[in-house]
Amino acid sequence: MEIRRHEGELAELKDDRVFTWPNLVVKEFLAAIIVTIGILFYSFYVDAPLSELADPAHAENPAKAPWYFAGLQEQLVYFDPWYAGVVLPSLIVVGLMLLPYLDNNPKGNGYFTFRERKFAIVVFLSGYVFWYLLVYIGTVLRGPYWTFFWPWQEWTHSFPAPAPLHNLPLPLGIALLVGFYTVGLLFPLYIKKGTLFHNLDIIRYALTMGLILTMIGTAGKMILRLAFNIKYIIATPWINI
Amino acid sequence: MKIPDLKKKLPDLKKKLMDSVNEIWRTVFRHGFKDTPRNRALIIISNVWLHLHPTQVREHGTKIRFTWCMGGITFFVFLFELVTGILLMYYYTPDVNKAYADIADLMYVVPYGRLLRNTHRWGAHAMVITVSIHMLRVFLSGSYKAPRQFNWVIGVLLLLLTFLLSFTGYLLPWDQLGYWAITVGMNMGRATPFLGYEGPFANLLGMTINNDVRFALIGGTTIGAPALLRAYVWHCVAIPLIAAALMMIHFWRIRKDGGISGRL
Repeated sequence: MEIRRHEGELAELKDDRVFTWPNLVVKEFLAAIIVTIGILFYSFYVDAPLSELADPAHAENPAKAPWYFAGLQEQLVYFDPWYAGVVLPSLIVVGLMLLPYLDNNPKGNGYFTFRERKFAIVVFLSGYVFWYLLVYIGTVLRGPYWTFFWPWQEWTHSFPAPAPLHNLPLPLGIALLVGFYTVGLLFPLYIKKGTLFHNLDIIRYALTMGLILTMIGTAGKMILRLAFNIKYIIATPWINI
Repeated sequence: MKIPDLKKKLPDLKKKLMDSVNEIWRTVFRHGFKDTPRNRALIIISNVWLHLHPTQVREHGTKIRFTWCMGGITFFVFLFELVTGILLMYYYTPDVNKAYADIADLMYVVPYGRLLRNTHRWGAHAMVITVSIHMLRVFLSGSYKAPRQFNWVIGVLLLLLTFLLSFTGYLLPWDQLGYWAITVGMNMGRATPFLGYEGPFANLLGMTINNDVRFALIGGTTIGAPALLRAYVWHCVAIPLIAAALMMIHFWRIRKDGGISGRL
């Protein structure tokens, strides 16, 4: 019975299967050959970097993380290392792992579509682009003392002293942070009659919005710093944000 | 033996020779040469490497415009790094007094050493790029949705391990570039909340410079000989083993979760 029912289902499905050999394996071999040739050619013409022998007494200026971590290093301008280097990347990893459990939209499963899942794609692509934008800034646009230089500017050690930074008063900072998350959590309830909330339900909604608001907040703090020279929103003896 | 005799026996001998060759071939490969559906299936299922694949796949799964081929390329680059990495290990000593000289030797003395090191280095960068494009493709095609949720989680861990593999390798030449890059990284590590001695709430767990998470990572209070050895062991043994184990699960689950994703 079981087998027969299974066969019946198969007959209804469009059977578009092809043999893996040679249809897929040929392409894999070709890809492997092309990649090998590509790496060999690049390696033939461009040498891997090797600077002087490590010297703990003489710091590189600027000392840069490898490019894929330069985005996090760039965040050091705007946040203390506990956030830029530890909490932010942890949130990214946890957020990515939670993604399939948060996105309960059944549409767009296994095919490319923007129309059927606009919200998910806009959020993910924003984060993806944000990450690589930070990588670009950190790798290319930061010179000595992590000073900003445009690509056409020459790196020098004589640049104007950066403007003095100041902190927000503590009550204002706490109000700003709490207000930001409160408004952010409530705001979608009034868009399209709260469709997002009804689709996700309370736990998914809280986690999704918490992660998204943290992403927006991270960018927001950058704007506060760049536009208003704000160092910390919340400054306490125990923790600074 | 007379010449006519040999002429008569030659075809016989040729057949015997071919039979022996065939017999040996049959012990290695369990399929014939003929292009038949049966042989196409046997090529896949009788080969330990190819049997990662099912014998048949849905047609769109063979299209580059759907898969972008990035997962497969990432796996291939990982194997490429494995081979070049093992070759580099023959020339490299994870000792602060020798490491830099060994790399310099590779660049200037060892035959093809420069090409070997370059390919390993650029391959590592390529792998970081391809794995992140693979993630983008899987996201945009919604391939993390039911029933493939958990395989996405494994994938995120593999992405993280790719970063860590590349990062641990960065210190090994023991040059200024790697040394200060790792310093930047470890300055972040010591700021870990609760677990790093300069992080918020470090005093709650009694963290100091010689018992916190940074100390555990670099085996000391400064980046020195133990840090190099630890980076080496993580880079060459521990992370590749963990990554290989996760890759086994990743590939196995693609098939267990219904093969390549696509419209039903």
